[in-house]
Amino acid sequence: MKNLTQLGFGKKAIITKVNGQVLALKLFEMGLLPGEEVELENVAPFGDPIAINLSESKVCLRMQDAACIEIKTID
Amino acid sequence: MEKKEITVALVGNPNSGKTSLFNALTGLNHKVSNFPGTTVEKKTGSFKLSAEKNAHIIDLPGTYSLYPKSADELVTYEILRNKAETNYPDLVVFIADASNLKRNLLLFTQVADLKVPIVLALNMLDVADRRGIKYDIDKLQEKLKVPVISLNARKKEGIDKLKELLLNDDLRVTAEYFSLQNVNSQLLDDLSKVTDKRNKYAALQYAINASSLISEKAKRLNEIFKHYQFDLIGFQEEEVLTRYKIIDETVKYARLKNVSQLKSSITSKVDKILTHRYYGISIFLVLLLLVFQAMFSWSEYPKDWLEYGLGAFTNYVENTLPAGVLNDLVVHGILAGLTGVLVFLPQIILLFLFIAILEDVGYMARVGFIMDRIMRPFGMNGKSIVPLIGGMACAVPSIMATRSIENKKERLITILVTPLMSCSARLPVYTLLIGMMLEDSAKFGPFNMHGLVLMLMYLIGFFAAILSAWIFKLFIKQKEKTYFILELPGYKVPVFSNLLITIYEKGSAFVFGAGKIIIAVSVILWVIASTGPQANISKIENKYETLLNNNTNDSVKKELQLKMNAEKLEASYAGEFGKLIEPAIRPLGFDWKIGIALLTSLAAREVFVGTMNTIYSVNDDGNNSFSHIKTKMMAEINPRTGKPSYNTATFLSLMIFYAFAMQCMSTIAIVKKETDHIKWPIIQFLYLTALAYGSSFLVFNLFS
Repeated sequence: MKNLTQLGFGKKAIITKVNGQVLALKLFEMGLLPGEEVELENVAPFGDPIAINLSESKVCLRMQDAACIEIKTID
Repeated sequence: MEKKEITVALVGNPNSGKTSLFNALTGLNHKVSNFPGTTVEKKTGSFKLSAEKNAHIIDLPGTYSLYPKSADELVTYEILRNKAETNYPDLVVFIADASNLKRNLLLFTQVADLKVPIVLALNMLDVADRRGIKYDIDKLQEKLKVPVISLNARKKEGIDKLKELLLNDDLRVTAEYFSLQNVNSQLLDDLSKVTDKRNKYAALQYAINASSLISEKAKRLNEIFKHYQFDLIGFQEEEVLTRYKIIDETVKYARLKNVSQLKSSITSKVDKILTHRYYGISIFLVLLLLVFQAMFSWSEYPKDWLEYGLGAFTNYVENTLPAGVLNDLVVHGILAGLTGVLVFLPQIILLFLFIAILEDVGYMARVGFIMDRIMRPFGMNGKSIVPLIGGMACAVPSIMATRSIENKKERLITILVTPLMSCSARLPVYTLLIGMMLEDSAKFGPFNMHGLVLMLMYLIGFFAAILSAWIFKLFIKQKEKTYFILELPGYKVPVFSNLLITIYEKGSAFVFGAGKIIIAVSVILWVIASTGPQANISKIENKYETLLNNNTNDSVKKELQLKMNAEKLEASYAGEFGKLIEPAIRPLGFDWKIGIALLTSLAAREVFVGTMNTIYSVNDDGNNSFSHIKTKMMAEINPRTGKPSYNTATFLSLMIFYAFAMQCMSTIAIVKKETDHIKWPIIQFLYLTALAYGSSFLVFNLFS
């Protein structure tokens, strides 16, 4: 099972599952839901955090939080 | 009878254009105050809807949901949950970013389910258009069953339509989207009793939010949740997902198909550069340097005009008012103190302007993104960078801005170190001292020596803040899990009128806030500096009277007069006090006159310049121009050493002292309110004072 930290630069994927109790709730509220398409768009200096493009917005999060998001890559 | 005034609350996600809409509706006809019992900035305004009807508008802090995760989100929830609250709205205008409608509607449906009358205002349709997103407003209205209108807050389009809507009482309707059918109705009944809310959803929501607090009610609520084995987080997640499902259907139904997308968004392209992995931070530092350079070079002329104008005004007052105590008090007390600070208004306004532009454009969120990793080892996160940069303008609003930081420990550390960032009140102090320390300012390309030394002072403040944060991190214990999830809004061209309103708010807060303190301090200072133990004063007067009478040469007379004034100041109460504390500050290179200024600037740092102005003006030779005090200070001889009172070591020591010491009543007050405990401002004050004293001591001894 892949998670969001394993997504390549500029690559797209679909969120399959979001783990982590309180964190998951916050991610849902920010629009990171199962079924949403995500794209890794920017990586901050020192490789962390990362900025993710959602269908209608752009959100950044830390690698440790991104690890809670399971994905299915789109070829 | 019909109500003459309706209360309207603006609610929405952050970055959805709420403030623009608020400004478009009220213009300058608004005021900034605090929500009762909190320090949360509350913007209210009013405007005429019709001949006999007024609208009272409240701008609520932006939030993503009604399950607040941070202190600013809590305010919005508190207003909307409590029908007895005086600010409880008759109508909510929900402003939604049409380019991101799905997520915006999540909060919309939550607010609507509280059964408050609501209208949906679709904003930023132009942005949506560019991304190929278009909606059929009628279909949206049909599905949501509440009035929906479109507007462009930044361009002030659609405002009249909104006002018409506010006038029409028939359109004030409520809706329901989320049903609690999967929740045990017995549980809901029990919660309704404890929370005293008839609306079941409102009761459950309140119970969930209140259960994490420490109170008698929370204990009972937790018992009920436990009894029914209710999974709080699980329910919230399910609620959010169910809402998204409902929203998805609505959005799909109302969205126009076959709209072509024009081009890839500008935001992506700009972010490739500004948040670049390798040079993103360099770009940020260069931007900061440019801001400071502009702040100084652009403010030069307005500063000269103010200086000239205020000097002329002071002379005019001095010559117009009948000579005597009143004249003396107004000219040498109040006007001298005020002038010292007002001349820095152009710089302060420019700094506020630049910060407002960076914020409005959307760059500040990017700074949080690129700085998060750097801030983390110091117990802060990317969101801390906004208060820290804001701290260069003023610590008070910046400490309020820490509310968006979810993690309590990270927020507390940010609050504790923000006063170390060199704020605009230090600017007058630095400028005066740097100007005296370096007579000529050598130029290096576009930069000059004065600007570079000043930049250095700001950097020293920043590094002191970072290192102090690291120290505090070691001592503050907390287990709460931390995360950093931040929206990066699309870049926007700043709206001129919004910037003007921000500057007007901040500028007038500075003039009136600081002005009050300065006038009070100046008056007290003038009194204690011009009076003293009668016996000592008379002795000096008698000594000089004979000398003055025996001399006919004008220039000798003038010199004698100055000497007499100097001795009188030394014999005054202020002088006595300064001398009392002189032993304590002598190791830092300060004499008793600086001692007086240190004491008066305990209330606010900028008072230092006003105090110096007043002290050297009591010691008067008839010249009222502000720049003149520099000359007077430079000519000062320390009677103990026989050398000039001010040398490079004194200047550096003074600057370091002002960089670190916590001399600001407003900051102390705000820290107490924001941390909810007197303990933190006391710890902060002791820490910063010790840091200031120790560093000044070190610097003075290194350079002298």
